[in-house]
Order: sequence, then structure tokens, then C-alpha cells
Amino acid sequence: MLMNSYILIKTTGWLIMAKITLNNLSHSYLTKQNNDSDWALRGVNIDWKDGGAYALLGPSGCGKTTLLNIISGLLKPTKGEVLFNDKDVTTLNPVERDIAQIFQFPVIYDTMTVYNNLAFPLKNRGLSETEIDAKVKEIGEMLELTSTLNNKASGLTADGKQKISLGRGLVRSDVNVIMFDEPLTVIDPHLKWVLRSKLKELHQKINRTMIYVTHDQIEALTFADQVVVMHEGQIVQTGTPVELFEKPKHTFVGHFIGSPGMNILPCEIKNGQINFEGKILPTNTNLKRSNFNKTQVGIRPEFVNFSDDGIAVKVKRVSDTGRHKVIDTECESGSIKILASSSTQIPSGSAHITFDQKYTYAYGDNWIIE
Amino acid sequence: MNKTFNQKAWFFVIPVFVLVAFNAAVPLMTVVNYSFQETFGSNVFAWEGTRWFKEILHSERFHASLGRQVIFTFIILLIQLPLGIGIALTMPKKGWGVPVCLILMSMPLLIPWNVVGAMWNIFALPDIGFLGNSLNTLGFDYNFTQQSGDAWFTTILMDVWHWTSLVVLLSYAGLNSIQPAYYQAAEIDGASRWDIFRYIELPKMKKVLTLAILLRFMDSFMIYTEPFVLTGGGPGNATNFLSLDLVKMALGQFDLGPAAAMSLIYFLIVLLICWVFYSIMMRDEARS
Repeated sequence: MLMNSYILIKTTGWLIMAKITLNNLSHSYLTKQNNDSDWALRGVNIDWKDGGAYALLGPSGCGKTTLLNIISGLLKPTKGEVLFNDKDVTTLNPVERDIAQIFQFPVIYDTMTVYNNLAFPLKNRGLSETEIDAKVKEIGEMLELTSTLNNKASGLTADGKQKISLGRGLVRSDVNVIMFDEPLTVIDPHLKWVLRSKLKELHQKINRTMIYVTHDQIEALTFADQVVVMHEGQIVQTGTPVELFEKPKHTFVGHFIGSPGMNILPCEIKNGQINFEGKILPTNTNLKRSNFNKTQVGIRPEFVNFSDDGIAVKVKRVSDTGRHKVIDTECESGSIKILASSSTQIPSGSAHITFDQKYTYAYGDNWIIE
Repeated sequence: MNKTFNQKAWFFVIPVFVLVAFNAAVPLMTVVNYSFQETFGSNVFAWEGTRWFKEILHSERFHASLGRQVIFTFIILLIQLPLGIGIALTMPKKGWGVPVCLILMSMPLLIPWNVVGAMWNIFALPDIGFLGNSLNTLGFDYNFTQQSGDAWFTTILMDVWHWTSLVVLLSYAGLNSIQPAYYQAAEIDGASRWDIFRYIELPKMKKVLTLAILLRFMDSFMIYTEPFVLTGGGPGNATNFLSLDLVKMALGQFDLGPAAAMSLIYFLIVLLICWVFYSIMMRDEARS
């Protein structure tokens, strides 16, 4: 049995993976830093297990590409360290780290054939012709590139080219982690779905650590087991898609994840209770601290219901998307969106609403109070 | 769709027709006119048919200057292209060095051609010129006004000085348009510096380089002012390139018929080579 698994490791070579740890990582593109905004990354800590599928999610300019380039070794962090399997690799270059990265735009070697593109990283690592041939054919098969192996790479369509980029990462059996930097940006919408399923399938087949950077929540949530949400150079929450949806740790996560995003409205916190519009809102969380500059209450539109009494609102607009209705209402503190099933009767004019106690959270200075 | 038909629009095109007629069509037709006739001045012409063309095509003088021209163009392309690419590769990509390099590189291109010729003439004079004097002091027997090898050396050096910048600027623009991801991917793939040049930079520079070759070919093949001022085609006929020879024939000897025939042949050679080059370029484009 032991012998068998040993042989398996030897032949597939695919069980060499890495745990990735980021310790208090900060990076700035400036030589002098005066305030928080001069930092592209601020105090990032991450612990990623072997063989997981992770997504880095955030809007443009939040620092996710910077973080990715630090993990791959293309960028040296200003502060902090990167560990692969508890070994410090902060000063190593990408080749020494044995990583693969797929970029936003397909990167191919125009003058080479598809076959030579895939063989290139292996040739540079001094593998024998027979080994290269076997590996390239295997990956070509996996990515459905077999029929085009002998064509010039420059003649392929955008998704074909992106498959080559992906293939150059996959052919190497020594890869610690495969990283994707918004790899589907230039792909047609209907192919996006195909390629994304392909990636997911590949992850299950080869079981290597994959990190996927995107600003598209659907892409992140469908690809990853664990999603890391970034905002202004910081990690605001790490969790499964369900956790991010049900319990946002930061108002940004509430806004960014979900469509429409979370309702976040100013409130007061007194005696461990949320005071909103002159009423006390019941919540399951324990509110001990209350000394914040700004306190807010957050509730997802999915968890707001019409009722006979509760918070008084005016119904402003109803948009029917087919599967559900999005209702815009207005109370004194601001607007509240409600998501209801298409069959729900919507009162017109004045109405009353209640929040689901289980999903009502209080935020102090944008971070959840618990 | 309803198009408005208004023939008055032709009036707008008239200025262009007139302009092109005066600066291209009419002079060219005059040359064509001269090439089939003999003239003795005072507007007296005699029909000669294709005599001048036959004469030029069989003339040793034409063969010699065409040969010199081809060798000259070949040599300067051979030097300027690799040198230009090499300089572009070593130029900084950001910081204060970028404008400094760009300005330094543009300087030779901004100097009028006859000034370049005069400058190099004085610079290379064996007795008082800095280059000529230094070479002689170092023990070389250098005199571009008397030794044809030295004349060629000086002419080529002058052209390299004057025009390599063009190749540099074009290559630099080509290099700068390469996405950083290509370099990053190559780094991850473990590519060597040579691999990066061979498989990324050179293919990505292909378009600007074909442009550079085309421009340098045309300009060097038609070179006139600089060697005219520097060597005047001498010593003897050593640096007597096509355009210099043409002017000598037309204005020096006043052989307008043969000169007209020669300029048409000259024109067709340039046109033919450019066309061949352009079609190869376009064919590659269509294939990829």
C-alpha cells in the first residue's frame, strides 16, 4: 500500500504541493510612505493549505495583483515574509519558487507552434525530449489542444491562446502553486463559462493549489472554496462564499458581495442594543463595545420582510427581474432595498418592514461588532 | 439609405488635383518626355525612342554606380539595424534617463543634411579635423579626400551617426509597447535573456523593424546631399552613388535625355524593391 502510493507520487509527480503562508506582508511602490494610502498592501496575513482553490476578490486597485506578484516572486515585498511549506522564499525568484502564473492577457510566444509553447518551460528546465513529448501531449489532451499542437500559436483565438498560457503552467510537474490574474478578461462571455468549468475540473483532477484573482464576484464564488476579499490593501474577510454572504465582517464585503448589496444604515448602539429609527433591533450578536466614531446596522435585502408593524418606510420603486423583485424603499435614515420572490404582494405607498434577527449585524467603524 | 447627390463637391477636390499635378505628375511627365528625346536647348527636340534606356542599361558607368549604391545600402543596413536594436535594448525604460536618451538620440535627426555633410567634412579633414588628425596622430594613414577606402569609411560612419537614431527610436517604441506580462511569463518559464530577445522582443518588434528597414533602404538608396558635401563622389568615382551620378549627368554634362532615362530606371528600381518588400510584409501579416 505504502509502496503503491510512493510509485504514484513518483509517476504523477503531482502530489508535491505547498502550503502558503504570508506573514504581515506590506508593500509600497513608493520609496517613502507617509500615510496609509501610500501602501498598496497593509499587514496581510494568510494561511493557505495544500491543494486548495482560493480566490482573491476585490475592486481594481485594491492590491490583489500586487499580492499575487509577491506570492509568485515577481515583486519583493517592502515588509513581511512569504513562506512555502514553512520555508522562507521571500527573496527567491519565480523560477526558484516553482510557481506558474497565468496573466490577464494571453501570453504566448508568437513565433512558436502550440507544441513548442507548451514545451518551452520544460526545455528551459533541461528535461529530455521524450519526457517533454509525453508531458506536452498529455496536457494538450487535457486542454483539448491536440488538433492544433502543430499550428502556429499566433493564429489561435483568444481563448485558445489563454489555454496555451494555462498549459505552460500545467506541464510542469514541480509547480507549487498556479496563480491566475483575471485570466478570463479577454474571453467571450459564452466561453468564460466553459473555461471556468475547465479550470474547476482541472483543479479536481490535479489537486494543486490554485489562486484566482478577480474583481468578478461570480467568478470568485464559483471557482474557490475560500474567498479572500480585499479592500484598500487590506484583507477584510476570508471565508467560504456562504460565510461572505451570510455574515460580512466588513461593510465593504456587504456592499461588494451580493446583488444588490447589503443595506447599511446609520444607527446608534446603546446598552448593547441597536437603536434604529427610534426602535430597538433584535440581533443575535453580542454588542459589548460601543465607543466608535461611526456605527451602522447592516442587513441583506434577502432578509428584510414586509410586516404589519416595524420600521415605517415608503415604497419608491419595484423592479421585477423575473425570478424575484427588487423593492426600493425609503425610511428616515436612508434607502433600504428588499429582495422578495416574484409572487410576493408588494404594498404601495407606506409600509412596515422587519429585519431577520439572525442576519442583522452592527458595524463599528465599518468592522462588524461581535 | 438616401445619399445626397451634389456634384459641386468636386470643387473641393480641385486644389488637391492642382497641387499633385504641379509637384508630381507634371515634373514626372517632363522627365518621361525628355527620356525619349534628344534636346539641344532652345526647345528643339528630336525623337530618340528607347535609345537612352538601352544606352543606360548597357552603360558601365551606370552599372558601377548602381553597384556602389547597392553595396553602400547593404552595409549601412547591416550596421544600423543591429546597432539600433542594441542601443534601444540598453536604453532606460523609466526615470530621468528616458527624456535625456530620447533627446540625445533625436539630435542627429534634426540636423539639416548639408550641415551633416559639412560637419563631417571638417571633422574628418586629415590635417585640421578632429577625427582625421587623431587618426593620423595614432599612426593610421588616413585621408578621405585621396584614398577611396577612407572615403567609404567616412561616408558610412557619417550615415551611421546620422541615421542609427531612427532605428533606435523605432525599436524603442516597439519595445515599450510590449506588455510587462510577457517578461513576467518568460521569467516564470525560466527563459534566458537570449530567449526573451529571440521569442518575445524580436517578434514583437517585427512591425517597427520592417518599417525601419523600409525607411532606411529608401533613404540610403537615394542618398545625395551628405556625400555630395563630404566627398563630392570622390576620390575619383569611389563614392559616386546613383543620385550623385545622375546629377552629374544631368547638370554637369547636360545630357538631359540619358539622365531622364536613368532617373526613370532609378525610380523603378526603388519602387520595385519597396513593392517586393511590402508584399512580403503583407503576406506575413495575412498568414498570422
